Amino acid sequence: MSEKPVSGHFAHRWGTRRTALGIVVALGAGLAACGSDDSASDAPSTTASTTNSASDSTASDDTTAPSGSVTLVTYDSFPQSDTSLNDALAEFSAETGIDVEILVGGDTGTMLSKASLTAGNPEGDVMWGIDNTLLSRAIDDEVFEPYVAAGIADGSIDVAPELLELVPNGEATPVDYGDVCVNYDIGWYAERDLAPPGSFADLADPTYAGQLVVQNPATSSPGLAFLLATIHEYGIEGWQDYWSRLGDNGVEVVDSWTQAYYERFTWAGGGPTPLVVSYGSSPPAEVIFADPPRDDAPTGVIEDTCFRQVEFAGVLRGTDAPDAARLLVDFLVSERFQSELALNLFVYPANRAVELPQEFVDFAVVPDASRTLDPAVIDAERSTWIDEWTELVLG
Amino acid sequence: MNRLPRWLIVALAVGPAVGLLVFYAWPLATLVTEAVTATSIADTLTRSSTWEVLWFTTWQAVASTVATIAIGLAPAYVLARFEVHGRSVIVGVLTAMFVLPTVVMGAAFLALLPDSLDRTVWAVLGAHVVFNLAVVVRIVGSLWEHLPTDMEAAAATLGASRWKVVTRVSLPLVRPAIVAAATIVFLFTFTSYGVIRLLAAPGTRTIEVEVWRRATQLGDIGGAAVLALLQLAVLIALVWWSTVAQRRHAQALDLLPTAPRRRPRGAERRFVALVAGATLLVAAAPLVALVIRSFSTPTGWSAAAWTDLGRSELRPGIRVGVDPFEAMVNSLVNAAWATGIAVAIGALASLAIVAAGTAGRALDGGLMLPLATSAVTIGFGMLITFDTDPVDWRASWWLVPVGHALIAVPFVVRTCVGVLRSVDPELTAAAATLGASPRRAWRATVVPFLWRPLAVGAALAAAISLGEFGATSLLSRSGGETMPIAIEQLLGRTGSMLQAQGFVLATMLAVATVILVVIVERLQAPRTGRSRS
Repeated sequence: MSEKPVSGHFAHRWGTRRTALGIVVALGAGLAACGSDDSASDAPSTTASTTNSASDSTASDDTTAPSGSVTLVTYDSFPQSDTSLNDALAEFSAETGIDVEILVGGDTGTMLSKASLTAGNPEGDVMWGIDNTLLSRAIDDEVFEPYVAAGIADGSIDVAPELLELVPNGEATPVDYGDVCVNYDIGWYAERDLAPPGSFADLADPTYAGQLVVQNPATSSPGLAFLLATIHEYGIEGWQDYWSRLGDNGVEVVDSWTQAYYERFTWAGGGPTPLVVSYGSSPPAEVIFADPPRDDAPTGVIEDTCFRQVEFAGVLRGTDAPDAARLLVDFLVSERFQSELALNLFVYPANRAVELPQEFVDFAVVPDASRTLDPAVIDAERSTWIDEWTELVLG
Repeated sequence: MNRLPRWLIVALAVGPAVGLLVFYAWPLATLVTEAVTATSIADTLTRSSTWEVLWFTTWQAVASTVATIAIGLAPAYVLARFEVHGRSVIVGVLTAMFVLPTVVMGAAFLALLPDSLDRTVWAVLGAHVVFNLAVVVRIVGSLWEHLPTDMEAAAATLGASRWKVVTRVSLPLVRPAIVAAATIVFLFTFTSYGVIRLLAAPGTRTIEVEVWRRATQLGDIGGAAVLALLQLAVLIALVWWSTVAQRRHAQALDLLPTAPRRRPRGAERRFVALVAGATLLVAAAPLVALVIRSFSTPTGWSAAAWTDLGRSELRPGIRVGVDPFEAMVNSLVNAAWATGIAVAIGALASLAIVAAGTAGRALDGGLMLPLATSAVTIGFGMLITFDTDPVDWRASWWLVPVGHALIAVPFVVRTCVGVLRSVDPELTAAAATLGASPRRAWRATVVPFLWRPLAVGAALAAAISLGEFGATSLLSRSGGETMPIAIEQLLGRTGSMLQAQGFVLATMLAVATVILVVIVERLQAPRTGRSRS
């Protein structure tokens, strides 16, 4: 502030702005310096140069052995510390000398929007958790540098072919899958001596009127999966009619999974509806996180309604540590890491060599034929379907 | 004239202005230039849902604001003017209502609501009133308690009824504070997000909800940015009107350095007890609901969520991955930084705003803008602005407290400016007459009045940071969760233990907020202002 603005109003204002710019630059330099000084292990990937374009990244890194650190960008339900999943990542670091930093990007949709905005100059090096309803957008926006884990590529890791079919050009690596299914309150139906519904048709049957709560597909990913399941069952021309019948049968719609499960579901929320759209892995979770402990599942799954969600991991295009990033993706499908998925993320490991924990074997259901739709079709039609659904069910 | 030297005003204003430009204006401009195209503008403006959403957003905000002010004036008056037992607890609980994460308060509110009101617009309006009562009580109250009582006494002596004294004398005097409070309540309800998602019928959307949905769920960032600009335009018009109105109505008053509270007498006693009791009931009921839910499981009552809190293994080999104590520490550290930044920036800005003319008004309005801007837009803007050296700050830990401070500064400014504007210029004039330089006169007469509103503002800032969810959840982050994030995470997973623990954390957060506010209230008790001679 060496110069005092002395002239009229406008000159004065411009003077201030110029000073301001000077300070911004000084501030920026200072902060950047601080960052690299005292937190070398903290976030080196963010202070390192990220201006590299994708083109030169592979050539220059060939000679150097991967080391240092990688940032794993993931959704908000991925544990950041303290679980056996994190222990597995620590083992990876101990073996390879590559530190793994977890960066939470929000819910899956938010995380992908951020990745699309920063494609080519990403926030981290590897992304975990893009699912098949969002995969096409990720591919179209060139979020990933195509890479399939080495073990899958050379056949040493056995992954179900239907998972690999979703990425025919090796755009990303399938890491886990799970189902979104209608759950029912076993006790509620037992008390009434009523058989729980077994199919989509049953859900629209007057016997089960007013018993189902679903999520708004516009704001909730299980809600969208359930809508897609009905489209799979009744077709692009027929689902609207089915939803009209569901509406006549008193289906309740809420905004999010938390509300549906913890406010409206008879079992967990003391609410009025004994049927809720949730996950195929919710029953084992109800056993594992029961209070007080219990050894039977209080809820069950209606297999016919299950829609398959497959999650992918990929190397982010423009990463400044491509070799280390690929090594991490390789590790993410290894038996060591995959064996931790069931009890920490409540999904099924993509690696078929991994044995499931007993609670999953006992209480979870893996439907023989879960429903699924082509990711490209989902991406192309999502907006239209959601608008149509909103008009029909809420309008 | 006793104007401050211009360089001093500039020096005061430069920090706040630079902060605003770097962390707000720049990211917003970057996102808009990058994402908005002619097509996205045309698409948004021709979509009929855009106008439906705008209409709903506006009318529910107007209704919520009117109701909040109407209902909030009584407790504001009672708490400002009378000695009320448990005053600081009432204020603390009210503030907790305002700052606790909506996901938690919404659930608690829902538990109390009769089923027939579930997911109706009445539930939304009710929640908006309850959650925002603190704004009216604190902002109007902090001016009201310093109003000289002699005018009211004179009116009463001249035969005016108590009602007349309040409506004809007191209310006009606190009008600037009412306008300020109404502006903030309107900003908050116009940009309402959590309440709408939790309590409104599904499909009911404010602009803020629609921006979030387009940007994060549909990947239509251009459309989201256009909507965010639309929202901003409406609110800029409002903020502009409000700052003008506050200045027009601001009157020089002989503010009292300490609050002249007195015991209620005679019939007043019943009125005061009724208002204080009703306020406490309305504000405390949701908190009680939180505590109850932390003990309830699908199979009955259990204290396990409390006793097992922080135990790393729930079952052999199974850990939750959410450490409540670490989350608490993270939240407190964030809050300390955010409060420090907000208070420093807010104090400088308030002094500059009061001392400067038109430029001050621009700064005043500018600092309000972050409240008027969709969190998604700022979060995403920061992501693509601070992405190259020398400003590669994405994912820096301090972006979170800076984001909190952006939201908290307006509260500090609002509480300070109202009081500073009302400092009698004769005081400064008298000091000048006695030979003080303008700077000295200013230091002796204006600055002392800053401490109390600053303390109130600091408490609000800390509480806002503790409970902030929206911006925090949108900024990428590593190294531990804050309390609201941890709560959201626990409530987002299946398992009765996890749900109960979510409510345990929510209770802890509520209690921490109440304690914070109570401490500040107590600290203020000794006289901080300088008395007039």
